[in-house]
Amino acid sequence: MYKVLWQIAVTGIKTEAPPQPDEALRAAGERLRAEVFENFAGALTIRHVDAGSCNGCELEINALNNPYYNLEGLGIKFVASPRHADMLLVTGPVSRHMEVALRRTYEATPEPKLVVALGDCGCTGGIFGESYASCGRVSNVIPVDVTVPGCPPTPFAIMQGILTAINVRKS
Amino acid sequence: MKLEDFRIELKQLAGAMPVWHGRVDAQQWRAACQQVREKGGRLVALWGADNSDRGEGFAVHAALTVQSGLLVITLPLTGESFPDISDIFPAANRMQRAIFDLFGVRAEGAADQRKWLRHAAWPEGVFPLRKDFAQLAARNSQPAVAPADGYPFVQVEGEGVHEIPVGPVHAGTIEPGHFRFSIVGEGVLRLEERLGYKHKGIEKRFEQMTLIEGAKLAGRVSGDSTVAYAWAYAMAVEAVTGTTPPPRALWLRALSLERERVGQHLWDLGFMGNDAGLAFGLAQFSCLREDMLRANAALFGHRYLMDAIVPGGVVRDIGVEGVAVIRREIDEVGKTVTLLRAIYEDHAGLQDRFVDCGRIRHDQAARLGLTGLAGRASGIASDLRAQVPPPPYDKLGVRMMVRTGGDVAARATVRVEEIMESLRLIGAILAGLPGGHISAPVPDAPEGAFGIGWVEGWRGEVLIALETGANNRIRRLHPHDPSWQNWPLLERAVLGNIVPDFPLINKSFNLSYSGQDL
Repeated sequence: MYKVLWQIAVTGIKTEAPPQPDEALRAAGERLRAEVFENFAGALTIRHVDAGSCNGCELEINALNNPYYNLEGLGIKFVASPRHADMLLVTGPVSRHMEVALRRTYEATPEPKLVVALGDCGCTGGIFGESYASCGRVSNVIPVDVTVPGCPPTPFAIMQGILTAINVRKS
Repeated sequence: MKLEDFRIELKQLAGAMPVWHGRVDAQQWRAACQQVREKGGRLVALWGADNSDRGEGFAVHAALTVQSGLLVITLPLTGESFPDISDIFPAANRMQRAIFDLFGVRAEGAADQRKWLRHAAWPEGVFPLRKDFAQLAARNSQPAVAPADGYPFVQVEGEGVHEIPVGPVHAGTIEPGHFRFSIVGEGVLRLEERLGYKHKGIEKRFEQMTLIEGAKLAGRVSGDSTVAYAWAYAMAVEAVTGTTPPPRALWLRALSLERERVGQHLWDLGFMGNDAGLAFGLAQFSCLREDMLRANAALFGHRYLMDAIVPGGVVRDIGVEGVAVIRREIDEVGKTVTLLRAIYEDHAGLQDRFVDCGRIRHDQAARLGLTGLAGRASGIASDLRAQVPPPPYDKLGVRMMVRTGGDVAARATVRVEEIMESLRLIGAILAGLPGGHISAPVPDAPEGAFGIGWVEGWRGEVLIALETGANNRIRRLHPHDPSWQNWPLLERAVLGNIVPDFPLINKSFNLSYSGQDL
């Protein structure tokens, strides 16, 4: 136990606080917090759906939950069920084998709901495109509010996508 | 075993790895497999091909390990079946079923003839990898709701037995797949996996690409192993084009591969701590990993090193400053991992969850073909970097990390030890990095050339089998992930454990869905 406490103390706080060396980064962090509070009363819940990705986007979604980004500190958290979610974060070209599962997950998410399509594949079908096995982009299967390109998009880009989605819903 | 032992005419293929190739008849097909099996060799991959467009029939290929390297045998078929080898190599079961789904070529005599990769995306009797398969009409003509999958799971019956269906959409940020648990109380009597949800036609997509274009797709077969796939792909292309990458490029590739290994192991160790209730572990390990990802972005232009390796060499060189950054980083990671290892090993609550959980005994691992990192945790001493080391590993003297426990604790220990060994290798690579160019020109490949790439990724051995078409295009490409071999063993590992231990056991293997579903 002593070692754990010692290591926690030595590590310190890794979270990159809103006043960032990068001015744009800081502004987004501040704005994100304000938007979240205004629209979702301090809690935005996200259900991630991998609809056929190469698993690269999942690496970055997981990275988004590391202490550097401290997503939960902004009032945003990933939940285990679409029934608890305000937002679906969808990756991949939608494989035909995941088409039904994605539709059902969308239907299971209560209104008002947001959908963010993540990564080049989620935005356009990417390198996999449309084929006998792939439906291509996410918006070919369910309505999408915001697309976040990148292969994979960085955790910061994903945060920006979430913010933009909240703006879309507001307007 | 010696290659002369096979009564097959063998030809050594060009390329960085020792690979022999030969054509066999149906009898030799099984005999060769049996011989390899008896000498303790492994089935690395099994895949089909359709050569009807050039006046031949179908063919099946098997890649088998022999002491001196890899033996690839090709069985040309006159009909639509080939002799089953799943009795010799149980891992062949799902690969054979996938061959049927994609080619309509059946493993004659196999006990399990259920579909595997096909759910409802294409109808029974249609086979996407046949050359005469027309792309199905645009998606709008598809039924909005596909017919039910109708997969016959094995039913467990008895008093108090019930089923828990899980997935394809899971509770965490992981890939989609279906797990059917049959349980009594909390104890697991049986687990059956149903994969293939991510099948997105990767092999067909390769056939629309040139050898140069294919590199990007190869790096996206399984994103978490992008370096291993990109290197294996480059190796195969270099084999068919007669390209020798400059030494510096090969050393930089090894640097990338070891960075990928360290990064993934850090990640898994964090999640294994988290799944056993020690969130501290995830916080600590994920910070180390984030530091590495940021260094990757700064030095190589991509957090996961995607597209850093291309046929002929690598895309970015590293300067003196970059070397200094990595040296500081490996010192830091080494120190912290040593400390965290001590914390994990001293933590009674964590060890209570890790030890004896999800055990695969050595004899079971050997019989069923467990491979890669999970294999080494069950006493299967196999690591290409140590046993058939391609340059630069032949100069680095890789120490293979083997444990015999076969449980979650052993898989955690192998990861920690491989991190430390990879950090040592990274140091040695930086010290020995030769000068010179980082890429060589890649000439066009002749039509009908056959090449193999074979790389020890962090999860296990990744194989790329490539056959060229006309005009420098890909005629047929099979990417093989070690997850094919290890998924069936996860079904065994969970037996006798309780349902809440499944996430921990699953994470300790951390298998790829995308790499298996293709």
